[in-house]
Amino acid sequence: MGNTNHKESFVSKFVFTQDHKMISKQFLITAIFMGIAGVMMSVFFRLQLGWPGESFAILETFMGKWAPNGVLDRNAYLALTTIHGTIMVFFVLTAGLSGTFSNLLIPLQIGARDMASGFLNMLSYWFFAVSSVMMLFSLLVEGGAASAGWTIYPPLSVLPQAIPGSGMGMTLWLLSMTLFVVSSLLGSLNYIVTIINLRTKGMSMTRLPLTIWAFFITAILGVLSFPVLVSAIVLLMMDRMMGTAFYLSDIFIGGEALDATGGSPILFQHLFWFLGHPEVYIVLLPALGISSEVIATNSRKPIFGYKAMVGSLMAIGFLSFIVWAHHMFITGMNPFLGSVFVFTTLLIAIPSAVKAFNYITTLWKGNLRFTPAMLFSIGLVSTFVTGGLTGIILADSALDVTLHDTYFVVGHFHIVMGLSAIFGMFAGVYHWFSKMFGTMMNTKLGFAHFWLTITCGYGVFFPMHFVGLAGAPRRYYNSSSFDFLSETADLQPIISVFAIIGSLSQLIFLFNFFYSIFRGQKAVQNPWKSNTLEWTTPVEHIHGNWPGALPEVHRWAYDYSNPAHEEDFVLQSTPLKDGEIGH
Amino acid sequence: MSGHSNDNVSSKELWGGGRSPYGISYGKMYMWFFLVSDALTFGGLLSAYGFSRSASESPWPIGEQVFRALPGLDGQYPLIYVALMTFILIVSSVTMVLAVEAGHRNDKRGVIRWMLATIVGGMFFLGSQAWEWSHFIHGGGGSFLLAKEVTIADENGTLYTLPVGEPIFMDHHFGELAEGYANGDSNVVLENDHGHIKLVQYGEHTHEAELHSLTIDKYIIGEREVSGDDAAQLWDARSESFKFGANMHENEYAMQQSYANFFFFITGFHGFHVFSGVVINIIIFLMALQGVFEKRGHYEMVEKVGLYWHFIDLVWVFVFTFFYLI
Repeated sequence: MGNTNHKESFVSKFVFTQDHKMISKQFLITAIFMGIAGVMMSVFFRLQLGWPGESFAILETFMGKWAPNGVLDRNAYLALTTIHGTIMVFFVLTAGLSGTFSNLLIPLQIGARDMASGFLNMLSYWFFAVSSVMMLFSLLVEGGAASAGWTIYPPLSVLPQAIPGSGMGMTLWLLSMTLFVVSSLLGSLNYIVTIINLRTKGMSMTRLPLTIWAFFITAILGVLSFPVLVSAIVLLMMDRMMGTAFYLSDIFIGGEALDATGGSPILFQHLFWFLGHPEVYIVLLPALGISSEVIATNSRKPIFGYKAMVGSLMAIGFLSFIVWAHHMFITGMNPFLGSVFVFTTLLIAIPSAVKAFNYITTLWKGNLRFTPAMLFSIGLVSTFVTGGLTGIILADSALDVTLHDTYFVVGHFHIVMGLSAIFGMFAGVYHWFSKMFGTMMNTKLGFAHFWLTITCGYGVFFPMHFVGLAGAPRRYYNSSSFDFLSETADLQPIISVFAIIGSLSQLIFLFNFFYSIFRGQKAVQNPWKSNTLEWTTPVEHIHGNWPGALPEVHRWAYDYSNPAHEEDFVLQSTPLKDGEIGH
Repeated sequence: MSGHSNDNVSSKELWGGGRSPYGISYGKMYMWFFLVSDALTFGGLLSAYGFSRSASESPWPIGEQVFRALPGLDGQYPLIYVALMTFILIVSSVTMVLAVEAGHRNDKRGVIRWMLATIVGGMFFLGSQAWEWSHFIHGGGGSFLLAKEVTIADENGTLYTLPVGEPIFMDHHFGELAEGYANGDSNVVLENDHGHIKLVQYGEHTHEAELHSLTIDKYIIGEREVSGDDAAQLWDARSESFKFGANMHENEYAMQQSYANFFFFITGFHGFHVFSGVVINIIIFLMALQGVFEKRGHYEMVEKVGLYWHFIDLVWVFVFTFFYLI
């Protein structure tokens, strides 16, 4: 490879590029567009939930025949919630977060010229791109998009005649997710191999920045869990297309028994949640890794408990594989088995608490610098703690029996996984924007974006806990059609107002992002005075990342405020002074 | 690229950056991790099979009762053929090892010879699997379900009652004509002559088969044969519901369709892996034949496809265990 900077055609530079920095930008921008789609969907169904049955012109403009007279159709409502969940979990917070920052940071922070295989990396993006287009396209087919919820439980997802969205929309959902898994595997395998094989001289595993550790564990989780989703999806496809009965048994349609014997819909839930739970951490861990880096840099202090941070990442990763049935407490499972899953689930609180305390201890008495990235990282610590606490409640099977599938669950996972992960992603974008585009984002707009987002984030999801405790089930189309829902009915419009303001405030980010790409202030090489290797590369991107030889690493990534040095940061590539003890 | 160049290096230095800690190329490591993920795919499928089997309310067929035919022979040879298939597949793993070993010595003739042997082994396995499927699909004579209770005597003379819905299995010759009869083929006529039940197919050639015996519990516990008047009594108590062999919707081996569904899907998914393995092996074989690796100076590609091939063998051992042995 080397630092060849030869002329390239437009196609090989911007479209079918094999350069990790460009692929990372492709992932980010695709994810931003998917994010816009996902957020708009949530606004549309929040309009219906806040003011049931009222007419909104904007719904008719966007949804056409799916919102006759401006009132959202009930089937369209189900389709929107399903696709909103799918897009946010997989396309924005899995591919968008991991795809963007693993691609950008792995080679740059470990001191490699590029990913182990640029070609497979390129394939990974294009599988993702095709799968994104297919997922959006599924909104346009007859019957509408998949409507069985993002967890696509059978039999709704198996029987094409069940609801309108179970037809062509569901087929496209399954095909799109299959392509998505291929993309994720190609990417994850590449990240793992690159981190093991291509670290530059001196970059031992214990000198890796915590971002890289987080991406590494995330990639391993992906490699181990996504294939099980493939198993679940292919069996589902067989049930839909070949007349098998893996997930079907004793189904009656219109009083007539379906000719299917021996299957079980619970089987799908087991397979799905074996992916589904690690997936939560696939979403969250990169955000935690990014925050570790941002918080240490902006506190001008070494990260507190580096090894504990790595250990807790590993512990969370391991535990995530033995907790899946806590999503299934009400499927009639043996209560003794349930209590085993309660135990393993509660264990996750330990490594999570280690991380939360380490963030706070790193901030403690630090020389804090409140950049937008830092604010979002602190926001992440906040949502990680609040969402984590309700997680302990839900982990208890006795409590979960009443809270299952209520707004309490919606509030819980949106805070702990949705807000935390998206805050990590925003922190990453603000922090590494200059590394991606060579310019800086506007800080004032960043502050406005942060305060509006966190206020509205809590404004939307905090009241949901009360709505859920009062017994309101999620996924109901009309929040006023049952008497028992009336107690908390007043909260629904408030939630919707926050959702609308929160969504609109993302426009500040979008403007800031695209404006800064073209008109932003030119960046200096190391704007945050950070230690890691990516800040030793030139601002202008070159193939191979470093002109000349690869940098050699002599110290860990968190040598901030080291009294032996004049500056309060020491690049990892700075050799040890005489008598200095390295890390 | 390959080999063991890491002797006498401390693990601190090994993992200290600037080198591949396992001393292997990215491609080989990529293959290893891919296999880990593929193992989880099969793990998911086999767990699903185990879940369905243990959750099943009606008995699950036993492998050695279902699979006991040999091509071209009429007798009962439980699991003999699948044992042969398995043996050949494992031998093809051995020939793959020899190909990789020849590659280490840059022995082009050796690589070509042993790759060819591996390809032949893989093709034999695929052909055998096609035969197994065909046999499974056609079945062993078919079954019908009882429409009413029937009380018959066992060999000790004690009476016992077969419930409604109990499957009763026909022998091969009778079952062949019964399939036409059950499907409403007007050329097949039932003749009942003083308790002797005969099916006769008129057509270009006339075929006939007499009901000598019927079998109970054929695929789940061990067969018990019923003949004479008892067999006629069972036949007279039949319902409209006949099953012949296996398809996606129903099969004669089990009450529930998911048994055959899992058999088709998991052995099929494994067979697809073998098929792609054979195709990749052929490509590597042709590349070796053209001297591509000779020019490259190493035969690492042979090693990589070798890993894949061993993995397929290993997975088969599990599939074999789950579907045939237990």
